[in-house]
Amino acid sequence: MAIAIDLLVQLVQMSVVLALAPLLTGFVRKLKAHLLRRQGPPLIQPYRDLLRLLRKEVVLAESASWVFRVAPYLVFAATWVAAALVPTFATGLVFSYAADMIAIVALLGSARFMLALAGLDVGTSFGGIGSSREMMIASLAEPAMLMVVFTVSLMAGSTQLSSIAASMQSPEVGLRVSLALALVGLVMVAIAENARIPVDNPATHLELTMVHEAMILEYSGRHLALIEAASYLKLLLYISVIACVFFPWGIAVSGQGAAAYLAAIAVYGVKLAAGGFLLAVFETAIAKMRVFRVPDFLGAALMLGFLAVLLLFVTRAG
Amino acid sequence: MGLGWLLWCIALLLGTSVAAAVGARHRPASTLVYGVCLGTSAVALVIAAASLIAGRALTGEVQLPLGLPWLGAHFRLDALAAFFLVVVNLGAATASLYGLGYGSHEEAPERVLPFFPAFLAGMNLVVLAHDAFTFLFTWEFMSLSSWALVMAHHRERGNAAAGYLYLLMASFGTLALLLAFGLLAGPAGGYAFSDIRLAAPSAAIGGVVLALTLIGAGSKAGIVPLHVWLPLAHPAAPSHVSALMSGVMTKVAVYGFVRIVFDLLGPPDWWWGAVVPLIGGITALMGVLYALMEHDLKRLLAYHTVENIGIIFIGLGLALAFRASGMQAAAALALTAALFHVFNHSLFKSLLFFGAGAVLSATGQRDMERLGGLIHRMPLTAFAFLIGSAAISALPPFNGFVSEWLTFQAILLSPSLPQFLLKFLVPAIGALLALSAVLAAACFVKAFGVSFLGRPRSDAARDATEADRWSIAAMFVLAVLCLVAGILPGYFIDALAPVAEALTGARLPQQNELDWLTIVPIAQSRSSYNGLLLFLFIALAALLAADAIHRWASAAIRRAPPWDCGFPDPSPMTQYTAGSFSQPIRRVFGAVLFRAREEVDMPRPGDTRAARLHVRLHDVLWDTFYVPTANAVQYAAQRLNKAQFLTIRAYLTLVFGALVVLLMVLAVWQ
Amino acid sequence: MDRLALDVAHLFAGSLVLVSFMLLYQDRMTGLINTFAMHALVVSFSVAWQAYIQLAPHLYITAAIALGVKAVVIPFALHRIVVRLGIHRTIEPVVGIGQTMLAGIGLVALSIMVMLPITAQAGTLAREDLAFALSVILLGLLMMVSRRNAVSQVIGFMSIENGLILAATGAKGMPLVVEISVAFSILIALIVIGIFLFRIRERFETVDIYVLHQHRGEQP
Repeated sequence: MAIAIDLLVQLVQMSVVLALAPLLTGFVRKLKAHLLRRQGPPLIQPYRDLLRLLRKEVVLAESASWVFRVAPYLVFAATWVAAALVPTFATGLVFSYAADMIAIVALLGSARFMLALAGLDVGTSFGGIGSSREMMIASLAEPAMLMVVFTVSLMAGSTQLSSIAASMQSPEVGLRVSLALALVGLVMVAIAENARIPVDNPATHLELTMVHEAMILEYSGRHLALIEAASYLKLLLYISVIACVFFPWGIAVSGQGAAAYLAAIAVYGVKLAAGGFLLAVFETAIAKMRVFRVPDFLGAALMLGFLAVLLLFVTRAG
Repeated sequence: MGLGWLLWCIALLLGTSVAAAVGARHRPASTLVYGVCLGTSAVALVIAAASLIAGRALTGEVQLPLGLPWLGAHFRLDALAAFFLVVVNLGAATASLYGLGYGSHEEAPERVLPFFPAFLAGMNLVVLAHDAFTFLFTWEFMSLSSWALVMAHHRERGNAAAGYLYLLMASFGTLALLLAFGLLAGPAGGYAFSDIRLAAPSAAIGGVVLALTLIGAGSKAGIVPLHVWLPLAHPAAPSHVSALMSGVMTKVAVYGFVRIVFDLLGPPDWWWGAVVPLIGGITALMGVLYALMEHDLKRLLAYHTVENIGIIFIGLGLALAFRASGMQAAAALALTAALFHVFNHSLFKSLLFFGAGAVLSATGQRDMERLGGLIHRMPLTAFAFLIGSAAISALPPFNGFVSEWLTFQAILLSPSLPQFLLKFLVPAIGALLALSAVLAAACFVKAFGVSFLGRPRSDAARDATEADRWSIAAMFVLAVLCLVAGILPGYFIDALAPVAEALTGARLPQQNELDWLTIVPIAQSRSSYNGLLLFLFIALAALLAADAIHRWASAAIRRAPPWDCGFPDPSPMTQYTAGSFSQPIRRVFGAVLFRAREEVDMPRPGDTRAARLHVRLHDVLWDTFYVPTANAVQYAAQRLNKAQFLTIRAYLTLVFGALVVLLMVLAVWQ
Repeated sequence: MDRLALDVAHLFAGSLVLVSFMLLYQDRMTGLINTFAMHALVVSFSVAWQAYIQLAPHLYITAAIALGVKAVVIPFALHRIVVRLGIHRTIEPVVGIGQTMLAGIGLVALSIMVMLPITAQAGTLAREDLAFALSVILLGLLMMVSRRNAVSQVIGFMSIENGLILAATGAKGMPLVVEISVAFSILIALIVIGIFLFRIRERFETVDIYVLHQHRGEQP
């Protein structure tokens, strides 16, 4: 019986992340438009975009190989699985032991690997520029992310997100400068990984500084829909990880009643909205940086993560 | 019993080698030699695997009346040797299988066939040797037979220089090992490993032996800065031999390190655990950065061997650090991670070299800038190469990720170490490890993307044909093993348990009884990973998405010219190249580490000259370590040259003087 | 001392190290001065909190001096100097920002490694503060050696002084007199350096100290 409920929660979680991800992106876009005194597209525009793309035919470049056609499915699948394993509204998901935080980061790495290959597949210069810059950004973002994981899991004594969420709620954690540093580092990584301003601009094409959009320039139709859905999911995933590790309040634990789960979903919605709001404000307030300033930005994130690990020892010794 | 069979296998290999030397020019010789090698390696593989899994039942020791008369030749099969024999013979069997097809293209079979079985026999013997003399003799035998294989194509540009450098470094490394064994045996001179194990060297001697072993075994394995010969020599050999050298012989060097430092040397000092992982971390990062700057496919793979050796040494060093502080379980975890990576790297590195060999024989090109679009002409090779690329880039659900994940779990245990230096150093090494893992992914996006994807950049690439079925079979065996080791790592970790127990006194928890074949290195609440579930989930989600889309949404496809923002250029030379792909990373890391300089030569408006971009890279390590050494040797040689033109009387004076000095030394000594 | 008090003290001291890093990261003159104001602000909060938990009212005066002089007056004066002199707005580091930050991380590790074992007998608060303070001092020195601009050297110097204050308050008992005299000496140093800046500027049309070396015929 308990297993059945856990399984049910896992399935609900998988559908919730998939259903909410486009809404979150729509929400961020709407807020950004409002902040710029524009009307903005309706909240459900991303859903409409996805449906429209799904119904269209695929225009495939002549030189494209099977890698180009398979990549969208694998990218979408890997991102979806990663998002489904992050505790969003409930910990103790039945399959959460399949991947800890390091594995989730690596799973996103697999998705990026396929996408970067797809960028090179057609043999155009824009695809190449996107892939090459994406890998450069990733090569600095992932170590920074891992330093954050180190900090958090050294404090919690675990790399399992469920255990981390549980131990972050315990009163022993207290205020820690390391936690603050890790949070800032993680936010910087999340901005870079999701191709947001100031690292990349999600709203533009035909700009020489674009990264993510250049990589997927040749995609169309259902393939593009899958890649867009994957990028929505990735944004949701990062906000969920931040919420789960640093703001774990209100997450339901295994064995509670249905009411608790519903309340937890509501709390999760509020957290997502808050994350989206902050993202929109931040993106509006800041200008995009040059591509070769990005290494400094991510280098700072890496340093923050490392500083967080160092300062942890000052605390532990006390 | 197992040991006897293994020795007969080795004798058969040596016999094949002699027979091949006589009959290499006959037509069926190639098939016959590789067939015998395949069969023998397969038998040896089964014996080694059986004795690793069955534990003590099949292990044993034997002393043959060979070599030094007062010592004899000792051979022993224990858990550690059995594990490395599995690695050696798995690589040997697949290389032989590959050689069945690839070897038929060989222009000068008499330069390859006699040495190939000898090389296999040499690697097997090193792992089995159980006294210092046999170890060094077989070690040198292995080096020389592989050197002969490197020199197989000695007329190609650069190969002779590579062979010379290899010979130099190999002799230097053996000298260091010779001195290490001299110190280990002590004044009593017990050169059998069982005698050495009983003697307890002092802390100072232990440190010196560690340094000498790092030089000796490390130069063979390719740790920075002793790696210089490796990216030259490994690619120079025929591709299946490159696979053996990179995938297997470097592992024999790791075996030498583990045998001496973990088994013979006694309890470690804590500072060993700082030095070895630091060297490993630097090796990993430098290896992958060199690889990123490289456009030669086989040399790129050789630099990745340097990187992966670094990852292995990180694990080994952590095991030393934990063992020195009495944390046996953590030491077992770190050692298991390192050994599992040894196994994994031998799989995917052989696979990738086979793929590069297939490309080389199909196009005659190793330069990636002249390849492209091979996935259309060589679909099976491309698929296998893609699996290998994903595995070496440490991407789940493949095997490379599992061993790096285990290494990370070991790193996360480092705060319990008592030394503050280690507490700070080990997370920094973790950052280096993460950095090199992602850079490896970037490098293999480059390697696979530029060679196999896109449009062909030369006629040779456009007219390539698929490799023969033996080569394909060898690649797919390894690709399947990469996936199996990635999704069912528990069985492999359990198989490594006796090795870890013998060397650290602890073992990881039994893995194969857990639900869903999850692996749990320490405790369920701390960390767990399940490659099988991840693989199934990804496959299921992808199929679900594909099915849903094709059922309810559009399935229409139209082929058209590429969009490329409206300006597609038909010339394949406008594609992104390997050099342009690595440009951002070169700008981030290269300015300091390679003193990279870019010069743009832009003609004035109206001038029809092509614009040019010059990139200059310096190998800083070569300039700082090797150039001064070479200059010093040159200088000394010029000075000594005068001694060749003396009179008889002067020579006699020299001899007389030397005799008197030696007698005086003897007098003072007593 | 209860947990929360300790945690807040830790948070302030740790933030001071972080702001020192931000000083290293800055490549604009105005940003550098504003970050220094933040540095002084954090130090004054830290001292004020120490005053509260150690029940040492004279530390409030220290905090007030730090807040008034270093967070308001000096940044204001520096801004004026920068504007008056029209000093070039970007800072040219001697070595790249990335390498400086890496070196900084190493220095923090070093100071923690040195301080924690030798202060094993001291209280938790003093240990943390001493480790953090040494980091701040070393980072300030690093800033002075890795920047060519005279203004950033002044700021590096003053961030060292902030580190000293942190150490002194954490160790319970720097007399107020010492503190006031230190504050005044800093102020005087600032004035002297300010005058020098004007003189250098008049003579060489720049505040890059590289030019001074050239004038003396030295190789930098």
